[in-house]
Amino acid sequence: MEQLKTIGRELAMGSQGGFGQSKEFLDLVKSIGEARSKAEEERIVLLEIETLKRRLSEPDIPKRKMKEYIIRLVYVEMLGHDGSFAYIHAVKMTHDDNLLLKRTGYLAVSLFLSDDHDLIILIVNTIQKDLRSDNYLVVCAALNAVCKLINDETVPAVLPQVVDLLGHPKEAVRKKAIMALHRFYQKSPSSVSHLVSNFRKRLCDNDPGVMGATLCSLFDLITIDANSFKDLVVSFVSILKQVAERRLPKAYDYHQLPAPFIQIRLLKILALLGSGDKQSSEQMYTVVGDIFRKCDSSSNIGNAVLYECICCVSSIYPNPRLLEQAAQVISRFLKSDSHNLKYMGIDALGRLIKISPEIAEQHQLAVIDCLEDPDDTLKRKTFELLYKMTKSSNVEVIVDRMIDYMISINDNHYKTYIASRCVELAEQFAPSNQWFILTMNKVFEHAGDLVNVKVAHNLMKLIAEGFGEDDDNADSQLRSSAVESYLRIIGEPKLPSVFLQVICWVLGEYGTADGKYSASYITGKLCDVAEAYSNDESVKAYAVTAIMKIYAFEISARRKVDILPECQSLVEELSASHSTDLQQRAYELQAVISLDAPAVESIIPPDASCEDIEIDKNLSFLNGYVQEALEKGAQPYIPENERSGVLDISNFGNQDHHEALTHSLRFEAYELPKPVMPSRVPPAAVASSTELVPVPEPSYARETRQPASLPSASDAGSSELKLRLDGVQKKWGRPTYSSSASPSTNSSSSTSHKTTNGVTQVDSVGTSNSKARDTYDSRRPQVEISPEKQKLASSLFGGPSKTEKRPSSANHKASKASTHTSEKSQAPKAAAAHTEVNREPAPDLLDLGDSTSSSSAPAIDPFKQLEGLLDQTDVASNVNHGTAGAAKTPDFMGLYADTPVSGLGSSVGDLLPTNRDEFNLTSELSNATRTAQGGVTQFNKGPNPKDALEKDSLVRQMGVTPTSPNPNLFRDLLG
Amino acid sequence: MIRSVMVINTQGKPRLAKFYEFQPAEKQQELIRSVYGVLSSRAENVSNFVDAESIFGPDTRLVYKHFATLYFVFVFDSSENELAMLDLIQVFVETLDKCFKNVCELDVVLNYSKMHTVLDEIIFGGQVLETSSTEVMKAVEEISRLEAASNAISLVPKSVSSWRSR
Repeated sequence: MEQLKTIGRELAMGSQGGFGQSKEFLDLVKSIGEARSKAEEERIVLLEIETLKRRLSEPDIPKRKMKEYIIRLVYVEMLGHDGSFAYIHAVKMTHDDNLLLKRTGYLAVSLFLSDDHDLIILIVNTIQKDLRSDNYLVVCAALNAVCKLINDETVPAVLPQVVDLLGHPKEAVRKKAIMALHRFYQKSPSSVSHLVSNFRKRLCDNDPGVMGATLCSLFDLITIDANSFKDLVVSFVSILKQVAERRLPKAYDYHQLPAPFIQIRLLKILALLGSGDKQSSEQMYTVVGDIFRKCDSSSNIGNAVLYECICCVSSIYPNPRLLEQAAQVISRFLKSDSHNLKYMGIDALGRLIKISPEIAEQHQLAVIDCLEDPDDTLKRKTFELLYKMTKSSNVEVIVDRMIDYMISINDNHYKTYIASRCVELAEQFAPSNQWFILTMNKVFEHAGDLVNVKVAHNLMKLIAEGFGEDDDNADSQLRSSAVESYLRIIGEPKLPSVFLQVICWVLGEYGTADGKYSASYITGKLCDVAEAYSNDESVKAYAVTAIMKIYAFEISARRKVDILPECQSLVEELSASHSTDLQQRAYELQAVISLDAPAVESIIPPDASCEDIEIDKNLSFLNGYVQEALEKGAQPYIPENERSGVLDISNFGNQDHHEALTHSLRFEAYELPKPVMPSRVPPAAVASSTELVPVPEPSYARETRQPASLPSASDAGSSELKLRLDGVQKKWGRPTYSSSASPSTNSSSSTSHKTTNGVTQVDSVGTSNSKARDTYDSRRPQVEISPEKQKLASSLFGGPSKTEKRPSSANHKASKASTHTSEKSQAPKAAAAHTEVNREPAPDLLDLGDSTSSSSAPAIDPFKQLEGLLDQTDVASNVNHGTAGAAKTPDFMGLYADTPVSGLGSSVGDLLPTNRDEFNLTSELSNATRTAQGGVTQFNKGPNPKDALEKDSLVRQMGVTPTSPNPNLFRDLLG
Repeated sequence: MIRSVMVINTQGKPRLAKFYEFQPAEKQQELIRSVYGVLSSRAENVSNFVDAESIFGPDTRLVYKHFATLYFVFVFDSSENELAMLDLIQVFVETLDKCFKNVCELDVVLNYSKMHTVLDEIIFGGQVLETSSTEVMKAVEEISRLEAASNAISLVPKSVSSWRSR
């Protein structure tokens, strides 16, 4: 009777999918779900492990039970506990004839084992057998395991079988076989390098799915070497054309789009092949243009394809018409309400501005919106974009923003990243040395421990060497401003070590140089530092050396030196220090102080930090001594690399590769899976096993491949941290950095055009304003573009000419300050003079998108703001411009016709309902489109109340999701 | 390439974790924890993309989608498209929904191995295999059917089954 019950239960469970579990498993899940604390969960899981250990050691476990134990173990391991005691059982399970058990076994081992685990050797044989099985499911399960478990040593053992499977009658198997080959290629390129032709051949497979799978591998191959696949451009283009024209079977449609994943993959491939190749690119123009036109932009996947088109267009040889289409799509993305699309839009914009820098200007407001968005992901992407479009005219604003953001985050990884970006931009585009030093101070202060030490050295070098021009006056000004800023900062608590080192060095070198500060004042400060950071030896070392320099300069200037008592005690403390370095420095200091002026002058000459120090690397002054010793019968010196039996140390560092190789060779020798090699070795296997011997090639190839796949921008950035101080007029200009250099030249020409033609510029911005507002209407209809944003926009995107630079940054600062002041009474006057604009506090509310209080002021402000940028003396243009503004105002007023300008509260009340209405409308709209997309699938997915109720009760009983009020159903999915 | 697929519930418990490049168990836990840390701090109505380089190393992106009590998370590199991955999550969940009829967290827990079966039909060795939930369903049903059949066979005494397999 009892048994019948369990059978009934299992039958019931079986109807749910045939993966029945016992009551024990349910209990386990339930108790874990109910666990109140991490410790309790831990206890339950440990208990479970104990149970499983006991059960598994019992003899004659029924297979069905065994399967369940293994699944339970997988579950336990997912929760983070060690299940290694049962790996062997999972391995054994793969040997089973029963499909269910075999699949479970493969699942477990592919989750448990790494590809160099000892047990793999036991599985390879089974895999070989299963790859030749008649049952295609067995083959698939084996292929699945192969992807995870095979490494470069075991590839040859299964390669022939996998290659054979490329001709399998079932397309599902062919598809998986080609993907497994791809995986082999990723893991060990050399072992499959002779099979590249197979990838090409499979491109012509009858089944589009197999063809699609081939594209993944070809994409990887082309990423490494595009040139050898140029002949395929025609094929790729024609495939893409056929796909876009819906020649594929209907089954490949996804949301009414023909095989979008294949399209995306193909566009990625074309982008690689057409990069810098005009001839190939020309073949692609038509098809890419077609996709731009045909692609449905209402669905997520449609936008994915469009985005890929933009990437492709920005990578291949530029074509004006395609660029225009891409720009249109980008503006649609940026104007969208969806954060995802905005993100893609910003990303795409970043790609496109490399080719056409002017495109950024039409989207300035959208970009600023994204910058101020609460979504971190979007913000970071936008910083990425700003980084790409930085030039000397907007560097101050951008770096300011970056530093503000850097201060606000806790994520060290990103902090490091953005700090290095700030440094890089500051070094490249700094408008003045003063600004540069202040910026670096901020970076060091807030992320000092995260930035590269090199940056600190560069900063010291800059201060020491000055402008590079022969302007000593400016140099000393720079130094004294640096000294002053450091004296201000030095009192702050908890400064990063690197920054303190810079401070100490600069104070020591230049603290007393301009005579403003006395030696005792500076040394006092330095002593304070050494005391405050008494556990940081390098800071102490820098400080004590700085003190020594100060005293030395005093002595050489023939001034009387009185040593401060705290300084005295510091020196005494250090001369008894555990660190020999500190000790030495302390004794040196004492020695220097006791010398007379001429001697000190020759030891530490003032302001000589830039002098070259001559080093006699051959130690030729010792020659006489060596000679003497040799004559006395000493052994001559044998260079290290000539000594026998000693490792070649001088080459050691350079030959990491080599070392790695010998390492992997040794692995070969030990772990070559000889026993599993088939006894009747087919010729192909022999060929591939000989492939094993030249290991140097594979790992070398992999090593070169990896850097290539890294994002090149950041790579270049990190490697180019060094300051370029040599020569030319622009100290920070980096002539080789073409992507940012070209925008600056381009836009300088375009803005010069603008200043001559003020009115057209005003008009264009005006229209873009209203456009931007229109699109935001659906989400927050009361949004107006605040003057602050306008200012930011103009300082980011505005003209780079020198005359404009200062005012714009001043504006920015003024507006920044004004956001902190609370809103005062707003008296919007249409004819307010533009001098007022700066003084008028930009209300906080505006920034938050609530501009109801002053519907007309912001409408005017933009133009006034622009006035500031334009030639202000030109009265005639001002008049024109005023009329243009007046012509626009009715437009804005019309929108808020029923909104009393002064009554703030009531206007909000008025607006809210309309807001909600529109919101509903849009949500309904999106619902409608979603149901349209869902199409037929929607029918069988409709919520079934009875099911849901049953589930609900079960869930409650199980206690899996105790906090959820409505645990059933993915509402979101059902739209 | 897709690096990893995770399903984590809103309390941070992993419901499914699959790494296409081997990660030791402790590392997996650490990754899951950090991912959950990031996701749980994200507001509603923000983008579905997260900068994952601080967790998974260079050239990684993360796309997630929040359904009821579960986060579905895909981690991948620059050879994939973010929006497309978002749709792949959709495919995965749609398939689960078809599989379990109004899928909920409990289904995901109880049908652990079936989840893997479904996922393996969508993503294979880190590459997208199939994007049509109908096709995936067909494959999964076929597997279930044959597994059930082989189960039935194995009930037959050993001697008979070995005879049959010959």
